[in-house]
Amino acid sequence: MQNLLLGASVVLILVILFMIYKLSTLIGVVKGTKSDKEVGSNTINAILMLAFLIVGSIAAVWSAVSYFDLYDIPVASEHGVKTDSMFWVTMWITGAAFVITHILLFYFAFKYRYKKDAKAMYYPDNHKLEIIWTVVPAVVLTILIGYGLTVWNDITDTAPEEAEVVEIMGAQFAWRVRYPGADNALGTYDYRKIDASNAFGIDLSDKNSHDDFVPREIHLPKGKPVLLKIRARDVLHSVYLPQFRVKMDAVPGMPTQFWFVPTKSTADMRAETGNNDFNYELACAEICGKGHFSMRMIVVVDEPADYDKWKKSQQTWLSQNPEYLSQVPEELQEVAMLSAGIEENESKDSSL
Amino acid sequence: MSTAHLDNFTDEMEHDDHDHHEQSFISKYIFSQDHKVIAKQFLISGIIWAIIGGLLSVIFRLQLGFPDMDMAWLRPLLGQWINIDAATGLGKLDTEFYLALVTMHGTIMVFFVLTAGLSGTFSNFLIPLQIGARDMASGFMNMLSYWFFFASSMIMFASFFISTGPASGSWVIYPPLSALPQSMSGAGLGMTLWLVAMALFIVSTLLGGINYIATIINLRTDGMSFTKLPLTIWAFFLTAIIGLLSFPVLLSAALLLILDRSFGTSFYLSEIYIGGEALPNMGGSPILFQHLFWFLGHPEVYIVLLPSLGITSEIISTNSRKPIFGYKAMIGSMMAIAILSFVVWAHHMFVSGMNPFAGSIFMLLTLIIAVPSAIKAFNYITTLWKGNIIFTPAMMFSIGLVSFFISGGVTGIFLGNAALDIQLHDTYFVTAHFHLVMGSAAFFGMIAGVYHWFPKMFGRMMDRKLGYIHFWTSFIGIYLIFFPMHYIGIAGFPRRYYSFTNFDAFSTFTDLNAFISVAAIATFVAQLIFVFNFFYSIFKGKRATQNPWDSTTLEWTTPIEPGHGNWPGPIPKVYRWPYDYSKPGAKEDFIMQTVPYAQTPESNLPHEQELAGLEGKDDNAIKVD
Repeated sequence: MQNLLLGASVVLILVILFMIYKLSTLIGVVKGTKSDKEVGSNTINAILMLAFLIVGSIAAVWSAVSYFDLYDIPVASEHGVKTDSMFWVTMWITGAAFVITHILLFYFAFKYRYKKDAKAMYYPDNHKLEIIWTVVPAVVLTILIGYGLTVWNDITDTAPEEAEVVEIMGAQFAWRVRYPGADNALGTYDYRKIDASNAFGIDLSDKNSHDDFVPREIHLPKGKPVLLKIRARDVLHSVYLPQFRVKMDAVPGMPTQFWFVPTKSTADMRAETGNNDFNYELACAEICGKGHFSMRMIVVVDEPADYDKWKKSQQTWLSQNPEYLSQVPEELQEVAMLSAGIEENESKDSSL
Repeated sequence: MSTAHLDNFTDEMEHDDHDHHEQSFISKYIFSQDHKVIAKQFLISGIIWAIIGGLLSVIFRLQLGFPDMDMAWLRPLLGQWINIDAATGLGKLDTEFYLALVTMHGTIMVFFVLTAGLSGTFSNFLIPLQIGARDMASGFMNMLSYWFFFASSMIMFASFFISTGPASGSWVIYPPLSALPQSMSGAGLGMTLWLVAMALFIVSTLLGGINYIATIINLRTDGMSFTKLPLTIWAFFLTAIIGLLSFPVLLSAALLLILDRSFGTSFYLSEIYIGGEALPNMGGSPILFQHLFWFLGHPEVYIVLLPSLGITSEIISTNSRKPIFGYKAMIGSMMAIAILSFVVWAHHMFVSGMNPFAGSIFMLLTLIIAVPSAIKAFNYITTLWKGNIIFTPAMMFSIGLVSFFISGGVTGIFLGNAALDIQLHDTYFVTAHFHLVMGSAAFFGMIAGVYHWFPKMFGRMMDRKLGYIHFWTSFIGIYLIFFPMHYIGIAGFPRRYYSFTNFDAFSTFTDLNAFISVAAIATFVAQLIFVFNFFYSIFKGKRATQNPWDSTTLEWTTPIEPGHGNWPGPIPKVYRWPYDYSKPGAKEDFIMQTVPYAQTPESNLPHEQELAGLEGKDDNAIKVD
């Protein structure tokens, strides 16, 4: 493909250079007829304008068709289907405007090229025409705005109550995720509590934090709303999930969020794309430093039952880092051990 | 008042002629206060910056197109920024330096080439010549404007040679990345130099802008009402106003950033843990910076574009031998664009975490700006309709601008739609969009302007054939770069990635990326044709005639090489609008602005015939002595 494209453009450029070369000899012949204007080259440039229109159209259509499967990436969220169809509606409308204006532009350039005996038409304005082409784009844009606003308002509407909450934190240069655990509530955090193990700055004085867990992969349930609570630890990052059409900046000091409904499990996507190694990926879309291009995390979408099973199998962060129990206030320690699932202590506690 | 001033000026001029004391080389060419010399200084500086900015893009395109390439051969130029892999012996571009290249490419192209190089050149050159003034309102401020720009340039250029490298947080310099030296090496001294350079740059822009506005308002020649101004002047006027209102906001944004960087304030910083420590800053907002930045950043797009639209309106009208279609609609559109450009900034921030309701408002306002832009495109095309088109290189670059303006404009309708922007934001779709509509379009306008006014600047013609080759290679080359880039963007490839090998989702399109890189390098090389043509023609070009394009505007009434003061005698008086091309009944296919209606009864329209009777009644105002 690349070679073809390369070849085509090289040929095109060579043809143009050749024509310009020929034209220089033509000019030599015609020279003197109109000394100040040297318009002998006009016809050739006019023809080239037309040629550009034709060859360019062919190249545009051909490349758009042949690369279609590569750029039409699969969509795996409910709102993504809506934005994709809006994308294509916009494409057809603006595409029509693009094609019509370009045909007129290059065709006029060709048709009305300088001719010795011709005279341009003195046509300074036409209010009717101007009103038409003010009103038509205005109406079309109003429709697009209305359409866009509807979709945008739906997407940014408050997340449903039952949404699965996942906290995503960007840091140079990795993503970290935290799940609320059995109580479905994320514990609060304080960035001053961050250290090598407590990457989130989990505030253990909040009892909601005790059952939170911090897995290495993101798991999401298929068909259920998911609410991403997004923050950044050092500089700006941006949570970007291409197949879910999700993007939201991660801002230090200002939590952001985005909710959506995944519609295809990882297995579904593997079947759809025919690629058994397919994985959803989380990428960073806001420049964040030298490792910006490598902030990758795997996202797994499970069937709801598998998701629940996975969730239950996760160890709480506190049980993985029992030394942090000391940060839990005395009166909460019992409950903390219970909800964190720290087993060897559990028997001791119950005996008390 | 102004008349008196003019009279004095003319007297001095004539006086000078008698004495003819030579200006020293320094006051004539270096610290010159003559608008034409200053314009050339801006132009040549702009060309040098464009070559540097283009070269930077060639280097990072090599990385993007050929990620496996051995870049050891670039070590003589880039030194430590090429890391030699100990195991394989291959030279690899440093990942941070890649970001520095992207950052400096953006900064240089947007500010140093397309703001200073474009407005600085053509506002300076054309405003006095086209409105009929001896010079700018303040030649001294004008000179300062260039030298502030020069100082800014030197500092920005110097930042390439420091051990931590130039600024690398991208041209938008979002904090905290740009505020914390520990976040990346380019956020250290490189960023400081960037901020100092930009502060000086803003001073330069403001000095220039105030001058342009004052000159256009006060120094128009007799008869040159606002409705008789060429569209170039309208464009420069509105551009200067936009710049005057928006650049100070960037200055304050930069100032607060400097305070955050060096004086421990927390305007943009809050709750940050970096480099193993929690910073004390609380309560700041990185979003605040984005608002301030884009309050300039978006109008900046039009600061870059409007002068090019003005220049090409003039060129397309002249070379179609037709009046520009809808002169008043063109002015109205530019005014609408200028005003709307101030209320659309947050469309760069749909997914920044800003309140989604604000997103809705900015989406609405953003798509409204498409209407005046569409009007302009239609008016250009209608100007070509039934014209008698002469393809000078300037004309061809102007037609190229219209094409880019449309191609890049339609993709703006996607990006202005908040719901679509979720997916497209910060992908190559954005890169393709603004490189066409703002980068290439503005660049083509600038190049068109150089080809068109070169005879006025240097008294010689640029070579036509080289101009054609330059046009076709650039025009095709730019489309070969940026058209396929949309595909990569629709596929979701993020911007500012050093390589795409880490992600399965971005592992495709290696062939297309290589293709784009080849096209980019070829297009860059094609610009050298222009550079050669430009410098060669200054010395060896064919001698120009006084009005080589049969144009109507005032600058073509000056001598072939206008001296200090522009017109040797009195400043000509203006009687008509600048677009009387191919007027029915007229002897020639153009009538200069200086020709009174009384002299052209054969071509006057009914209302002009009435004006003809009134002409000459108040001629005394301009009469010298």
